[in-house]
Amino acid sequence: MYLDSICSYHSPYREDFTINGYRFGKGDKAACILGPIRGNEIQQLYICSQLVKKLKELEAKGCISSGKEILVIPCVNHFSINTASRFWAVDNTDINRMFPGTDYGDTTSRIARDVLDAIHEYTYGIQFASFYMSGEFVPHVRMMETGYQNTSLANLFGLPYVMVRKPKPIDTKTLNYNWQNEETAAFSVYTNKNDEIDPVSAKQAVSSVLRFLTRMGIVKYESHSGYISHIINEEDLSNVYTKTAGIFHNYVNAGAEVKYGDLMAEITDPYEGNIVEKIIAPTDGIVFFKQAEPLVNESDIVYRMIHRLHE
Amino acid sequence: MIETVISIGLPVREKLVIKKNRLQPEKLQNRPKRIAIVTGIHGDELEGQFVCYEVTRRIRENIDKLNGIVDIYPCLNPLGMDAVYRNVPKTEIDMNRMFPGNTEGPMIEKVASAIVADIAGSDMCVDLHSSDTFIREVPQVRLSEVWADHLLPYAKLMNVNMIWKNATKTVDESTLGYSLNMLGTPTIVVEMGIGNHIDQSNGMQLADGIFRLMNHLGIWKDEPQQGVEPLVSSDGEIEFIRADESGVFLPCIEYNCEVKTGDKIGDIINPLSGEIIKSYYASVCGLVFSLREYPMVYAGSLLARIIKNDRR
Repeated sequence: MYLDSICSYHSPYREDFTINGYRFGKGDKAACILGPIRGNEIQQLYICSQLVKKLKELEAKGCISSGKEILVIPCVNHFSINTASRFWAVDNTDINRMFPGTDYGDTTSRIARDVLDAIHEYTYGIQFASFYMSGEFVPHVRMMETGYQNTSLANLFGLPYVMVRKPKPIDTKTLNYNWQNEETAAFSVYTNKNDEIDPVSAKQAVSSVLRFLTRMGIVKYESHSGYISHIINEEDLSNVYTKTAGIFHNYVNAGAEVKYGDLMAEITDPYEGNIVEKIIAPTDGIVFFKQAEPLVNESDIVYRMIHRLHE
Repeated sequence: MIETVISIGLPVREKLVIKKNRLQPEKLQNRPKRIAIVTGIHGDELEGQFVCYEVTRRIRENIDKLNGIVDIYPCLNPLGMDAVYRNVPKTEIDMNRMFPGNTEGPMIEKVASAIVADIAGSDMCVDLHSSDTFIREVPQVRLSEVWADHLLPYAKLMNVNMIWKNATKTVDESTLGYSLNMLGTPTIVVEMGIGNHIDQSNGMQLADGIFRLMNHLGIWKDEPQQGVEPLVSSDGEIEFIRADESGVFLPCIEYNCEVKTGDKIGDIINPLSGEIIKSYYASVCGLVFSLREYPMVYAGSLLARIIKNDRR
């Protein structure tokens, strides 16, 4: 393993902004794994650090396949993490909305270009990402429907679900979308947390990546076979909305199975404490996404369910 | 008449309300023409506030000249504007990357969808922006290349100093302007001034332009007024001057000035060492239509934009 500089920008008042990558093995650019692009992706940072630790152990044991190189970029945007800013601290732009970037554009556009230049030749690309809505997911692999997506490959992570999302205009500037357009088989791995660390799902994410790399012949690692993933299209999820704003009391977590009519949550009046709404499961199914804020607006999406699926 | 475009309850005893003011004559003709003036997508862009006020004021004082419907939407992002925050507070999302929205999506997508539904069908929409807090802009229209030919005659009426065709970032997919144009509502995007500031002379200039446009569309009945003849350019005719070093930028020109090839634009200095890191010069003759106001820069930060001016 050796540490490599992906790009570096001089800062007027801070140390230079340098994106580092850990290179394991030598040979074909087999797989690239990317950590946080946004400053609140702390779980993603933790997962990448655990993955680097594991790959160092595997390399020491000779378990990186010969002729294969793995690049891990544990953090694309530590400047934002260190200032607790979700986006680029100087101008509040989201690097994950700047891809493919240009080498003559704004700072964040240049960073996006530098990153994509460094990673676009890898056969497989894995990003630990976060959704633009705050909340908790069932661990899953997410792919954009670009025409290049391959759900069979995504299955090899052995996570419970693979989700395919039809790209909207806002998605066309993301890394996943542009990475696929560069013909890298790109996957986004989501766990249940973003801005706090959940060691259990982090371990599951690390195992899923090692399982995938093993199945693609890039590393040798004995692990549990994981799940045969259930493939879902995002548009098939059933949204559960609030009718009333207030304080949100959640009774089910992401991954839970609920039956039609089950009580999922209650909303209480923020001044008087009485229950103003009971949120009832509109269908049998699995809770795929749960919003995680203590307060909710009227007609917020508080759950997204996989309709009529059972554990 | 003040109308509510959408109202959504916020967690604690408040509603997010998007309002519009519909101005129309007492008697409307059959199938009256309609124009929408919208602003305030970004909470730090205030120039449009004065334009909305001025357009409404002139119409109210000369209501007999009104021959159609004028819908004024002064604030599409009320939480951002109240919090002096460019994006939508809490979500931190840039609202102008959420269009056309989704009636079944999260709150911000619902709001975006309601705004689009309310404006769609207008004969014209003018979407007013005022840069951000970093760059000061001369009044200008930005057009997507896709609709540039169709919109150019209307843009020329807007009394702006320049028209920039193919100004991709401001008019790309997921913006309000792009979404409305996609739906067949001709939409002109205007940029002027700088964030968190109102320059009333810019506002007056734009208000004059809006009345010229409304006159042309038959929504306003008045003697045609002379306006500014704008410079028109596509990307190839615009020089971008960007920092390639980080530091503090000190301009040595005013914005909205003409420069010649070789004129100095400014220096990037190092306040710690007391040195000039790099000086920047114009490589074309033309109008400096964008100039950096916020001094701190990184490599890539925009310092100035110059549109070539062959008229000189």
